[in-house]
Amino acid sequence: MGEYSFKTGVSCIVMDSKDNVVTLLCDIKAGENLSFILNGIKHNIIVQQDVKFCHKVAIRSLKKGERIIKYGESIGAATECIDEGEHVHVHNIEGIRGRGDQKAEQ
Amino acid sequence: MTIIKGYRRTDGKVGIRNHVLLLPTVVCANQVVNRIQQQVPGAVAIPHQHGCSQVGDDKERTHQVLVGMGKSPNVGAVLIVSLGCEVMKADQIRDEIRETGKPVIWLDIQNEGGSVKTIQKGIDSARKLVMDIQQISKEDISLSEIIVGVKCGGSDSTSGLCSNPALGNASDLIISEGGSIVMGETTEIIGAEHIVAEKAVSEDISHKLYSYVERFEKEIERMGVDMRGGNPSPGNIEGGLSSIEEKSLGCISKAGTSPLQGVVEYAESIPGKGFYFMDSPGNDIECVSGMAAAGVQVVCFTTGRGTPTGNPIVPVIKITGNELTGKRMNDNIDIDISTVLQGIETLELAGKRIFDGIVDISSGSLTKSEILGHQEFSINRIGISL
Repeated sequence: MGEYSFKTGVSCIVMDSKDNVVTLLCDIKAGENLSFILNGIKHNIIVQQDVKFCHKVAIRSLKKGERIIKYGESIGAATECIDEGEHVHVHNIEGIRGRGDQKAEQ
Repeated sequence: MTIIKGYRRTDGKVGIRNHVLLLPTVVCANQVVNRIQQQVPGAVAIPHQHGCSQVGDDKERTHQVLVGMGKSPNVGAVLIVSLGCEVMKADQIRDEIRETGKPVIWLDIQNEGGSVKTIQKGIDSARKLVMDIQQISKEDISLSEIIVGVKCGGSDSTSGLCSNPALGNASDLIISEGGSIVMGETTEIIGAEHIVAEKAVSEDISHKLYSYVERFEKEIERMGVDMRGGNPSPGNIEGGLSSIEEKSLGCISKAGTSPLQGVVEYAESIPGKGFYFMDSPGNDIECVSGMAAAGVQVVCFTTGRGTPTGNPIVPVIKITGNELTGKRMNDNIDIDISTVLQGIETLELAGKRIFDGIVDISSGSLTKSEILGHQEFSINRIGISL
């Protein structure tokens, strides 16, 4: 995939005021500043790794087992502690639903 | 009131295309049907892998899809080709399609005496049907007669952020014109089913929706697997989607904000106006084929990664909210609304652009999938082959 050229300079989006992740609207490098608006207040966080367009970043630290919230709803749970600014994806969160593998272990 | 140009069928239904459908009742008739189609390119064919060694609900489902494809108002005439010893009953399929009043011809390979004779006779029959249905002329039709299937496939995060909410705005416009919307993909409401169920106009409909989701999830449990990797697919995951819940929550906005009037089985015809849910897998081709067999005349298909998906009888309008996909896969994308994520177009205006696209395609303009001859077709199976 190539470079994305978003014209407004908006680098990420929060879908709901309850969310604890943002979705990136452009590729971001480790150490870069990410700013977003939550409940009318502008926030800034430093991104911990290179993260690609469309992927998620935690906007606060999350405990292992804590629910990941996007669209104001649960999209899964953290499988390890996640720091603010960390990439949030299949390596550190899991879905709760459609888990026949867990049923098979029981 | 918005007017489109369509074909009024003798049963009162409205088609936006006028296809001759070549329908094999069984996998064994595919080659004969393909040869007829090669000689008569004005006809469309639906080769498939099924039609024999099937029993019970699985057999009924295949039967219903084949009959539904034949009955579709986008089809003006049908040529059925059977082998002769299969489970599917060609005479029943013929009789049920004939209830619509359209011409149906049936050829049986064992009865005709082999492939060559059936191909020869089939070419002649298909040519005659194509000529006959040219007599049917288009007329002004109210958009309220349109049933639009809404589907997403090859999703990434832009689907949930942009293209599905914009399609949802178009869905609201279709329903405000008196038309209907059908959303499928039972797998892709897992984790978001409570939001869809809240829209149901009755407790019964809400319960039925939950029971379909439960049926699907039980099947995943029976298989003892995590559905992640199958759905969300590797491409969905590469595109930023981490779980089925995240994908589902991004999916459901494409149906808009209308109340849920009913829930139907895969390929079951849509009984009324407004928003309906059809039980189906998320699999693009099986879902779109089920919609086509249910009488849907046009499908709006959002995609983040980009996909060429078409259908033999239903135009499939491809919409993306991903700027790069819109450029790289321009061959396949009909409507690029990445302008929303660029901050230069609102979701409402993008929704209106999709609505205008539906009106245009419904009046005869071709989709890119039609221009390129994408005619993917696949029947959902629910049982083992015997």
